[in-house]
Amino acid sequence: MLAILKYKAGNQTSVRRALDHLGIECAITNDPETIEKSCGIIFPGVGAAGQAMDELQAEGLDEVLKAQIWAEKPLLGICVGCQILLDYSQENDTTALGIVPGECRMFNPSWTDEDNRPIRVPHMGWNQVRLLQDNALFKGIDKNAEFYFVHSYYPAPAEEFVLGVTTYGRDFCSIHGRTGLWAVQFHPEKSGRPGLQLLKNFDTFCKEAGNA
Amino acid sequence: MLSKRIIPCLDVRAGKLTKGVKFVDNIDIGDPVESAKAYFEAGADEIVFYDITASHEQRGIFLDVVERVAEQIFIPFSVGGGINTLDDMRAVLLAGAEKVSVNSGAVKNPDIISEGAAAFGSQCVVLGMDVKRVEKTADIPSGFEVVIHGGRKPVGMDAIEWAKTGEALGAGEICLNSIDADGTKDGYDLELTRLVTKNVHIPVIASGGAGNPDHMADAFLEANASAALIASIVHYGEYSIKQIKEHIQGRGVKMRMVW
Repeated sequence: MLAILKYKAGNQTSVRRALDHLGIECAITNDPETIEKSCGIIFPGVGAAGQAMDELQAEGLDEVLKAQIWAEKPLLGICVGCQILLDYSQENDTTALGIVPGECRMFNPSWTDEDNRPIRVPHMGWNQVRLLQDNALFKGIDKNAEFYFVHSYYPAPAEEFVLGVTTYGRDFCSIHGRTGLWAVQFHPEKSGRPGLQLLKNFDTFCKEAGNA
Repeated sequence: MLSKRIIPCLDVRAGKLTKGVKFVDNIDIGDPVESAKAYFEAGADEIVFYDITASHEQRGIFLDVVERVAEQIFIPFSVGGGINTLDDMRAVLLAGAEKVSVNSGAVKNPDIISEGAAAFGSQCVVLGMDVKRVEKTADIPSGFEVVIHGGRKPVGMDAIEWAKTGEALGAGEICLNSIDADGTKDGYDLELTRLVTKNVHIPVIASGGAGNPDHMADAFLEANASAALIASIVHYGEYSIKQIKEHIQGRGVKMRMVW
């Protein structure tokens, strides 16, 4: 069973709909015991980093999350959930979870795209992810596949945690972490078949990790 | 590199499409959920639902449609029509829409944009604008005026100023519909689209007038639109989404080709 972390700043329902569609057992929960029993955690997030951190801390979920990660429970952070795994976010000047070293920065609207036009912020729509190394999450996914992004801030983790990059004005990190602790800036639950495949791959990884 | 988006728009009345969608394979679909699913499979990048009646009694039926769509398609979709209050916004977002489009509701009460952005995030709030060409005056210096009620009622506001105000209030995107071009199939109003994209930093969806894939390519290449809204050109099976994307890609525009 996958646990979808329940807190006010999450888009838990759309993640659950995607998992339901895939026939993956899951629960939207903030109960530490249920989270502990799960074979993997999905940590979604929408809205602003500051508010998301406040909500997590108010429910004591920041500590639950940290304990699970130290215990090597597989985790998939999505969007704001990806950003606040870092130390800090420029959005609302937020001290974040500090699980992955690095910070989250705002897109600079003076950056220009390939046609020399200023980029529009938010970065909204479909874009590719270039992996820097093989990644179990992307098994069976076409390398030209695109994912749905919608964000004004981007993760900038320490270099050794950058797992893949996306180009918007310049290259930014769109997936970071390490094996079993993945944080994606895009929304797999809204990224068509490639996104569904990624969620399926995460579930497979969690089950295998649980059996190992 | 970010792809340009192709967005079919479906008009819904009392839980049914106002006009059945006929795909290239000639299957006629009147159910909005089924047709959304078909467009999802066919490679649409996003879908827009427009509630035509938005009468109180029929709102529930529409929300039920939104919920069923959310269970079956896994790309973003937005909902517009009859959104006048924060509660209207909340209802469609809770039902599973990714974004909500405010149009005349925002003209009457611009605060709904900032309130919606504060409550749900800017990425959820689309400012829908219906615009008509008029004579340039002191009040309408651009010669493009905002209209409501399907284009019947001018509101005395310059479209460019309204777009900038909408952005400042927190809209995450603008869906820009030309009443003059709508239904003509002669192409988008490129001058209008260019003026708006030049004056805001948020993404702009061109709407009204698409008759062939070149019209969309023009909106991307010549007017810097981020997305193109289409309706009859795909609903009546003239083109498939794939044909459209291949053609636009052939003109050097980045399109999402794997789905």
